[in-house]
Amino acid sequence: MSLDTLAAAGLVCPAPAPATDRVQLGHGSGGKLSATLLRQRFLPRFRNDVLAQLGDAAVVKVGREELAVSTDTFVVSPLEFPGGNIGSLAVHGTVNDLAMMGAQPLYLSAGFVLEEGLPFDVLDRVLDAMAAAVREAGVLLVTGDTKVVERGKADGIFVNTTGIGRLLPAFRPAPDRARPGDAIVISGPIGRHGIAIMAAREGLGFEAQIESDSANLFPLVDRLRGALGGAVSVLRDPTRGGVASALNEIATQSGVGIELDETALPIPGPVSAACELLGLDPLYVANEGVFLAFVPAAFADDAVEALRMHPLGRGAALIGRVVQEHPRLVVLRTEIGGTRVVDMLPGDQLPRIC
Amino acid sequence: MKYLSEYRDGRVARALVAKIRAAASRPWVLMEVCGGQTHTIVKQGLDELLDGAVEMIHGPGCPVCVTPIEQIDRALHLAARDDVLFTSFGDMLRVPGSACDLLAIRARGGNVRIVYSPLDALELARKHPDRQVVFFAVGFETTAPANAMAVWRARELGVTNFTVLVSHVTVPPAMIALLGSPDNRVQAFLAAGHVCTVMGWTEYEPIAAKYRVPIVVTGFEPVDILEGILMAVRQLEEGRHEVENQYARSVRREGNQPAQDLVSRVFEVVDRKWRGIGEIPRSGLGLRPEFAEFDAERRFGLEGIHASESPLCHAGEVLRGRLKPVECPAFGAQCTPEMPLGAPMVSSEGACAAYYHFGRLRRPASAEV
Repeated sequence: MSLDTLAAAGLVCPAPAPATDRVQLGHGSGGKLSATLLRQRFLPRFRNDVLAQLGDAAVVKVGREELAVSTDTFVVSPLEFPGGNIGSLAVHGTVNDLAMMGAQPLYLSAGFVLEEGLPFDVLDRVLDAMAAAVREAGVLLVTGDTKVVERGKADGIFVNTTGIGRLLPAFRPAPDRARPGDAIVISGPIGRHGIAIMAAREGLGFEAQIESDSANLFPLVDRLRGALGGAVSVLRDPTRGGVASALNEIATQSGVGIELDETALPIPGPVSAACELLGLDPLYVANEGVFLAFVPAAFADDAVEALRMHPLGRGAALIGRVVQEHPRLVVLRTEIGGTRVVDMLPGDQLPRIC
Repeated sequence: MKYLSEYRDGRVARALVAKIRAAASRPWVLMEVCGGQTHTIVKQGLDELLDGAVEMIHGPGCPVCVTPIEQIDRALHLAARDDVLFTSFGDMLRVPGSACDLLAIRARGGNVRIVYSPLDALELARKHPDRQVVFFAVGFETTAPANAMAVWRARELGVTNFTVLVSHVTVPPAMIALLGSPDNRVQAFLAAGHVCTVMGWTEYEPIAAKYRVPIVVTGFEPVDILEGILMAVRQLEEGRHEVENQYARSVRREGNQPAQDLVSRVFEVVDRKWRGIGEIPRSGLGLRPEFAEFDAERRFGLEGIHASESPLCHAGEVLRGRLKPVECPAFGAQCTPEMPLGAPMVSSEGACAAYYHFGRLRRPASAEV
């Protein structure tokens, strides 16, 4: 028996490259494979100036009004997890993308793909959480759609939400505006969402339950805007791919180098312990309730102070700076004084054996 | 975290670096055997801090790197079968076989699942009696007890749809092979702390004596590794060649006897091929004949699958410390972390992947390799 048997089964990929002829899960990881997928297959086909901004949300002009538009699709498994469910997540994810462009979220649409056999009590809990999140965010869900597919064709519920927001005056954070000398602030502790999901999915019982940080970040962004106004150069919520991927994207889009201090990273004890156990790096773990803010160094303390005044920003911390050296690279200064490059991952983070 | 944060203390680590620099009268060449230690060294930038005083060669103790390509191809073959649910530790999924990796097989419809323990794989077998559940039993003496336990439990419970694809290797024969090689550069070893937690260190004593080489059983945190290096450097400077134990909070000389007993009841010593290095006599573990029914190679008739490495890949020379990754002609060109030719480019503890990232830091102009 040989590789020919594999080929005969139609299950071997064309040598020598690993499967390049079809979608792999890693294409959805937020890492390099995701970026390649966009760059090679999507962007060239839909090329236009608005799409080319590549921010968390697009900024469009309607008459004299400038609006932010963003869309996101949620496929989380399990549907319910400590700290939220797919319904609340679908609201938070999209309003946060608008907030990261400096926009106040106003309207949402929601599209649902429901799997045959989904218990109504699960659907009700998801919709209840979604309604509560909509109310709390002060937005209106103004249009929606439902489709039902055969059992096995979806995983319970898939949700897409699209949001529209109004750009706030004199506040224009953008991923290409980071400049050497900027300080990098994170609004809260990292790694909670990804670890909460993984613990729920794998049935891992940790001593301390870790809750997802899923939350509406607009009030916190507005607080920062009140304190610093137009001085904020970049806002980014490090969701899929974590802080490491978000910072790599900003470094690339702004053409700058980024330096992080390992000792300054706010990583909750239980997240750190879970990552140790699973062989994961918290820098690549998803967040749904924190953002990165780039501000001129002179405003760094003001930014941290303003964020800490809000309940969601109590764990805010200064974690690094933008530098002229090593453009487009994110470098971490380790606790003991060494350095290492924090690269984008090719695909999903894979737990290590040893 | 208690028992962890104190071994990551920056002040203690910097003091140790200064002591190593003061102790080393010339640049010594040390090898850390274990991939977990390589990971810490790279992650914390220890090699950079020690530059000029100690050269660290990254050893062959990364199971991802040394699992032979035939075994990867056999795994791919099994994962592609309709009746098989293939389970593995996560980082084996991106290791390239002859033609692709397990992730690619999954994308093509193969049923591949990441598990955190072989006992989880056994549990899957009990839950899915209609499927053949195969666990990819790779690794060193560290993972062998848990894998032995899974097979033992499977027999106890009478689970008939569970098998293991075994590619276990052991550390001491690899060290002997390295030391016996005419172009060996290694002057002292950091032995792998967790391997020794299971096995103890008696088997290293004859190696230290015969080859006159210091061996320090070492842990995995930055302070552990720096302490281990300091102990090894002091031995070299004083002309000693003993086995010393830095990782005393975990390792005893005789090791973990119940774990060793279980391993030797389920496994026997066999010759084993190491990826990039070749066959090393008596360097692996295989299932004993009385557990043959749990052997995936036998159940699925995989003995006939043979494979060869890409001729472009020089991973073997890298793993033996003969070639720096940057000296490989494929490095950064045909071989990158996204498209690895050899296993050391796959995981963050692989020597090639480590150099790939550091090369980028030293040459920012070529940042977009």
